[in-house]
Amino acid sequence: MAQMTMIQAITDALRCELRDDENVLIFGEDVGKNGGVFRATEGLQDEFGEDRVFDTPLAESGIGGLAIGLATQGFRPVPEIQFFGFVYEVMDSISGQMARMRYRSGNSENAPITIRSPFGGGVHTPEMHADSLEGLMAQQPGLKVVIPSNPYDAKGLLISSIRDNDPVIYLEHMKLYRSFRDEVPEDSYEVELGKAKITREGTDVTLIAYGAMVQASVKAAEELEKDGISAEVVDLRTIAPFDVETVVESVKKTGRAVVVQEAQRVAGIASQIVAEIQERAILHLEAPVLRVTAPDTVYAFTQAEEVWLPNHKDIVAKVNDVINY
Amino acid sequence: MTKHKAVGLTDDEVLAMYRLVLAARRVDERMWILNRAGKIPFVVSCQGQEVAQVAASFALEKGSDYTAPYYRDVGVVLAMGMTIKELMLQAYAKASDPNSGGRQMPGHFGCKRLKMLSGSSPVTTQIPHAVGIGLALKMNKEKAVSFVSLGEGSSNQGDFHEGLNFASVHKLPAIVFVENNQYAISVGLDKQVACKQISDRAIGYGMHGETIDGNDPFAVYKAVKDARTRAIEGEGPSLIEALTYRLTPHSSDDNDMTYRTKEEVDAAKARDGFITFREYLVEQNILTESVESDMEQAIKEEINQATIEAEEEPYASAETLFDAVYQ
Ligand SMILES: Cc1ncc(C[n+]2csc(CCOP(=O)(O)OP(=O)(O)O)c2C)c(N)n1
Ligand SMILES: [Mg+2]
Repeated sequence: MAQMTMIQAITDALRCELRDDENVLIFGEDVGKNGGVFRATEGLQDEFGEDRVFDTPLAESGIGGLAIGLATQGFRPVPEIQFFGFVYEVMDSISGQMARMRYRSGNSENAPITIRSPFGGGVHTPEMHADSLEGLMAQQPGLKVVIPSNPYDAKGLLISSIRDNDPVIYLEHMKLYRSFRDEVPEDSYEVELGKAKITREGTDVTLIAYGAMVQASVKAAEELEKDGISAEVVDLRTIAPFDVETVVESVKKTGRAVVVQEAQRVAGIASQIVAEIQERAILHLEAPVLRVTAPDTVYAFTQAEEVWLPNHKDIVAKVNDVINY
Repeated sequence: MTKHKAVGLTDDEVLAMYRLVLAARRVDERMWILNRAGKIPFVVSCQGQEVAQVAASFALEKGSDYTAPYYRDVGVVLAMGMTIKELMLQAYAKASDPNSGGRQMPGHFGCKRLKMLSGSSPVTTQIPHAVGIGLALKMNKEKAVSFVSLGEGSSNQGDFHEGLNFASVHKLPAIVFVENNQYAISVGLDKQVACKQISDRAIGYGMHGETIDGNDPFAVYKAVKDARTRAIEGEGPSLIEALTYRLTPHSSDDNDMTYRTKEEVDAAKARDGFITFREYLVEQNILTESVESDMEQAIKEEINQATIEAEEEPYASAETLFDAVYQ
């Protein structure tokens, strides 16, 4: 086992898959010679050659379409979108095209594509570099949306995503890239898609989160413990389709829930989770299910980023609301 | 006849042009110092492209023409009338920054007063915007043009095709100015396009296309001036490509030594238009020693003053987060 940051775990997963499956291809802007603007693909072109790991022209819509054509010929493309805010340029390729290949072709074609992309706030990259747009993706049937919260999951989830036979949007929170290390096996391994993980067990309230908000939730749980409140933390890991069973089982046990997302409030993943909980477990609830989210504004300018982003204090406050309901 | 008189520029005008080039270079150099000192978050540099930027803008009509510049265009925005103080306010992202009140990425210029439209982070989105402005100018029968710039890598986006095609179909008064600095971050020209020159693409749109040496202020000036005349006379848009070289890394977050060599950069530095333009003016005895040192001194003082003042200005407060989301 090695100690790896999340970005190292991602590079390692890509290396494993390039090595183990000759159909895996990596392409995108600056991913080849340069090794990616965050260095996620560092060294991979040298190791696997320009046919397997290559730079594309600066044109995202083309990157998405190219991936579809390759996928229909048996390749497993793993394109990168340099920042997820630029996904709008490739939205039709994703939602209009690759998500529907299977359906549109009467199940005769599929699109085993994994789109990797950095996103997320807290690293001073304003105006379309930091937005949390997973909700847009989750709304599209045919796509899976994966967001790891730690290096171990990052590697296993990326390998599973690449091996999956449907398109996966794999989002990498920039704040987590180098913020801590984990034990990560050097061998290849999978972390099953669509399965949440109980990161921390508790009995009084369930915190449901993903991405960078998992750490904030764990920190909140540690604070709450000092006040005698036992919080369970569920890390969704896959946002769509999400693991309703694990969430609902936990809420049935604790009777209270707070859902945490970094994205703005309206039409987000959190709303969907709240809806599922109340449909399936309303008689187990001691209090309304509350949400911690960012406010409904355009992503904050740098100076206000820390105020805008949800944090562990916001979570503690909401938990107190559901406990004292 | 001297080169500048041949394109209709007086001695005073070329000197004014050079002053803007010098100001752009010195502002940019200060931005890097401020960035490395931790004072400003990000620099995306104009170095190597100032001559092309200033010369192109000099061919436009300040006050009536519209610009949609891209993030390297310090030379364009200075030439169109943005002050050094305003540039500093945007670099510091202060509340009083006239570009966006500190909301935009640094280098994403915009200023209603100067008829300059703010561009968004995704590259090339400014092209159709500028084409829309061109259509409005035509409908309103205004004697003005819409000038839009971009990098050569950005010319691969769909927006480029859609914008240029529409502009040409409707013979709009638009000038599309490609600053070809040979790189799109790390990806060199040979991996971006297969055509010999970006301006060849104009053929496909049925519009005028032309490639010029971006280090030659007179060639750039003339090309844009002629494009402006054609545009005003209803002859439609032009695609002008200025050949330059990006002398700095892509941005303050980039290490260019992972994809190009120091020798290559040094060779380009020797051809830097900033230097050759100066040499020309010295040869012509337009830029004398005393004129030059006064100019340097005045620019330095202006930058110092702007830096101090920008630093003292307040940041936008978090209470303003909900402002300007809706009316
Ligand atoms: C749609 C989109 N994709 C990716 C990026 C990230 N990006 C910013 S600048 C740049 C390279 C632009 O190259 P070029 O057009 O040649 O302009 P230059 O920076 O060289 O002046 C890239 C890839 C972006 N801003 N927008
Ligand atoms: Mg370029």
